[in-house]
Amino acid sequence: MIVQIGKKVGVFALSLLGASILIFLITNALPGSVAYVILGTDATPEAVAVLEAQLGLDRPLPIQYLEWIWGVLSGHLGVSPLSGDHVADLLSERVGITAWLVVLGILGSILIALPLGMIAALRRTKWSGFVISSLAQVGMSIPVFWGGIILALVFAVLLRWLPANGYVPLLEDPLAWLRHMILPVTTLALVQSAVLIRYVRSAFIEVLNEDYYRTARAIGWTPLRALFRHGVRNAAIALVTVIGLQLSSSLVGAIVVEKVFNLHGLGRLLLDKVSERDLVVVQSTVMLLVLAVLLINLLVDLSYAVIDPRQRGKRK
Amino acid sequence: MKRLQLHIGLVLVLLVILAGLLSLFWTPFDPIQVTSYNKLLAPGWPNLLGTDGMGIDIASRLLVGARYCLIVGVISVGLAALVGVPLGMLAGLRSGWVDELVMRISDVVYAFPALLLAMLFAAAFGASTMTAMTAIGIATVPAFARVARAGTVQVAASDFVLAARAAGTSKWGIAVRHVFPNIAPLVGVQASVGFAMAILAEAALSYLGLGTPRVTPTWGGMLRDAQDVWFIQPIQALWPGMAIALAVMGFNLLGDGLRDILDPRLRELK
Repeated sequence: MIVQIGKKVGVFALSLLGASILIFLITNALPGSVAYVILGTDATPEAVAVLEAQLGLDRPLPIQYLEWIWGVLSGHLGVSPLSGDHVADLLSERVGITAWLVVLGILGSILIALPLGMIAALRRTKWSGFVISSLAQVGMSIPVFWGGIILALVFAVLLRWLPANGYVPLLEDPLAWLRHMILPVTTLALVQSAVLIRYVRSAFIEVLNEDYYRTARAIGWTPLRALFRHGVRNAAIALVTVIGLQLSSSLVGAIVVEKVFNLHGLGRLLLDKVSERDLVVVQSTVMLLVLAVLLINLLVDLSYAVIDPRQRGKRK
Repeated sequence: MKRLQLHIGLVLVLLVILAGLLSLFWTPFDPIQVTSYNKLLAPGWPNLLGTDGMGIDIASRLLVGARYCLIVGVISVGLAALVGVPLGMLAGLRSGWVDELVMRISDVVYAFPALLLAMLFAAAFGASTMTAMTAIGIATVPAFARVARAGTVQVAASDFVLAARAAGTSKWGIAVRHVFPNIAPLVGVQASVGFAMAILAEAALSYLGLGTPRVTPTWGGMLRDAQDVWFIQPIQALWPGMAIALAVMGFNLLGDGLRDILDPRLRELK
């Protein structure tokens, strides 16, 4: 068990190292690009060289890499050479909105997908099951930003029930916070649940074919009771994997949703900095997002042992 | 029911291809020329879907958009397959450290969602169609490598490969003559699903303003324009989104349908 956990944490650390090298190599692939962004593309090579020396960009790449990684590990993410802002301050201001979006979006998608997926599995030969599956197929094809635009058009532009953009912090005015979060969170939840429904459906169809389900039905349990008592835990192993993947994809979804509803979260920060080509901020923001993705994958891996007792004794 | 999926997928994909081809020869109006009159017309005649904020016919831009969506899909999926399939086959045929190394690197790249990698590329190299396609392609490589590796491992364990090896066929010969033809259908399914994801990613990038420049008609870019005028002509947000959704659904259904047809064959391989 401990060996297993150690191995998984080791793979996580190696992936993190690999990802950080990849991010660093991409952002530093064009020599002098930071200086050219600041000075403009028609800057003289001499001016670029002077600025690079000032910013410490003329040193060997491995040294710059180690310095960046050391900073990331100790919480000093650097200072944007364009705006002079501390990257850590920028990130901590923005991370809240994005975290709310992702967490509430995933919770919403589970609330939608679990019952619908179970119904689709139980009634897979009937019309209602077919309708749910087809709706999920349609939902999977809808780009998250279009879904957001349509929801905003209906509920904000046409009906004027909810605000189409902006954000109010939770502690400032809980009701206004809720009103501003409903549309973005619903957008994410609906789009994510389409994918989830398909997996819930196939996970529960597998349960329906198991002997323990047939036994439970034979002793007179209703299909729903049998599914809830025996099915949920067995289907959970497959579903945790999918929900982990969903968390990563809703991080990306949140970037786009923040643009649709003009929310100033991490995604919006990244978008603005990518447009300004502020590489220092982009580098650390992407690293933070990839760290989140890898951490989620690690937690998913570790959670198998908790959900599935059969995995605990196994050793590879 | 399963054939139905495939047929709907085929029809939708063919529609996108036809629209893209048609736009090469004919569009109802000029899809790029800005006019100072006819701005923000409602759907009607002769502008079937109306005109946008620059007075350009929306139907014409939609047709040209189909072309760009196909180009982006073909190039990014092609790049991913060209890199990913040989790598996956190599990992599958040469087990041991080569396998471990290839799959670990592929796992690292897999942790980068296509959109995030594309944003990183846009920051480093500037936003353009080319950087978008390259980033989407690289982000899709692991999916192809995994599929190719899984297929290769299965095929490599089969009797005909053993026979070929006994007959003295080289590793290279086995890979080209026996393994590749057998995993090609799997790669085809992956290509169809990858195409759908590439269309979604490119549309998101163009919507965010990090993909193809705004003058070029892309479905994502059109949605961005539509959002600017949604208080005046809300209906404009409908068409490009619908086009993206139908194209993505077409390629997804095609992939699913092909997989269902291939299924008995896959079981046979085991």
